[in-house]
Amino acid sequence: MTEPANPTLWQGFAAVVKRDLLLAYKRPGDMLNPLFFFAMVSTLFPLAIGPAGDQLKLLGPGVVWVAALLSVLLSLNSMYLSDLEDGSLDQLILSPQPLPLIALGKTVAHWLVSGFPLVLVSPLIAITYQMPTETIGVMVVTLTLGTISLSLLGSVGAALTVGLSRGNALLSLLVLPLAMPVLIFGARTVALAAADDAVSAGVYFLAAYCMLALSFAPFAAAAALKISNE
Amino acid sequence: MFRHMWIFLHKLASPPHFYGLAAKMIPWFYVSGLLLIAYGTIAGLFYAPADYQQGDAFRIIYVHVPAAYLSMMAYSIMAISAGIGLIWRMKLAHAVAAAAAPLGAWFTFLALATGSIWGRPMWGTWWEWGDPRLTSELIMLFLYFGYMSLRAAIDETSKADKASAVLILVGAVNVPIIHFSVEWWSSLHQGPTLVREGGPAIETAMLYPLLGMILGFTLFFGALLLARVRAEVLHRERRSRWVRNLILGESA
Repeated sequence: MTEPANPTLWQGFAAVVKRDLLLAYKRPGDMLNPLFFFAMVSTLFPLAIGPAGDQLKLLGPGVVWVAALLSVLLSLNSMYLSDLEDGSLDQLILSPQPLPLIALGKTVAHWLVSGFPLVLVSPLIAITYQMPTETIGVMVVTLTLGTISLSLLGSVGAALTVGLSRGNALLSLLVLPLAMPVLIFGARTVALAAADDAVSAGVYFLAAYCMLALSFAPFAAAAALKISNE
Repeated sequence: MFRHMWIFLHKLASPPHFYGLAAKMIPWFYVSGLLLIAYGTIAGLFYAPADYQQGDAFRIIYVHVPAAYLSMMAYSIMAISAGIGLIWRMKLAHAVAAAAAPLGAWFTFLALATGSIWGRPMWGTWWEWGDPRLTSELIMLFLYFGYMSLRAAIDETSKADKASAVLILVGAVNVPIIHFSVEWWSSLHQGPTLVREGGPAIETAMLYPLLGMILGFTLFFGALLLARVRAEVLHRERRSRWVRNLILGESA
């Protein structure tokens, strides 16, 4: 028998992403629930506040962003939970591939399953809030950068709370304060776009935040996974 | 010279040595802290002139400013000790971080409460979302709550230490970003802000009591922190020989 060749870093990363995407595909409910939640929360606001168009136009960016934040949070808890339950988390930690890379792979898969569909659906919600068409582009860009940052931040929180009995409520408490800058810049930039103001500063900030999270979060998540699983 | 320093640090990190040393330091911290707070209170409330714009309402800064400063200070202490605890696996550092968290949360709450009481006569509202410092202080309070909840949720002490240390370090990277973004956010709000940056230079009769209060609060905080770390160390080492000897020695 020939010795199997060691997989490259890229192969390991791709295998983790592929596996998580396949799992999500087999259980479409996990993927759709946050999306329905996002749509539901956005529906609640006009019903609670009243159908006046001007008000909705003002509220739109904020509501879309808060709903996005909450629905990403909703899906975070399951990020490492099923891996912990079936024991594959131990295998991932023991594997010769670097753990930060695996954590990054899982985060990428999480974003593709939870953040990305949200970005795709958001223009529909923006239209129902009568947001001007030009701002929808800005909203999609900021939501893309923002949901990536949220997935990355959330991966640290999910890794810290995996296996804890009160994990779900705790996770929100840990991640939400840290997510404030993303919310502030995301929602305010869309609001600025709606008021025909300059948006580049906000977009640059979100991009910078996303890069910062991308550089640090996988390492923090890997450290947290090792601690939670020792 | 360096050798002596290392020996001192090594000794400090050993729980029984720290336990004894802290016991000797605490009274000094209490006495000097309370003396300075007494000076600051008397001089600040009775002798400092009233502010020409704010009248007597400004006097709340004698509690507000030290509390707000300590809320940041406690977070920095926690972040530094968490880093030391993770890198050099020093258990005492983790105990310091754990002991500092409720104190930090309390000073943050105090800063929020006094800020809001001051806001009532000044802004006409208890809460002003347009003020960036109030908002970021509120987020600070949530960060403290998150830290304490995470600790409380993990039963095993060493695991709770490391997990909360990772959290506090991630938080420490985020704190400046949160402050900056809250400031940017509030600068977009319409309407005049009543708090002016760099207002009139503060008079020395107002300044000295304030400095006294800041130093006094810090020393008082130090005394409380040392006392809490002592209790924390005692609890963590409850199965060790030196604690047993200590208790047997005291009861004998």
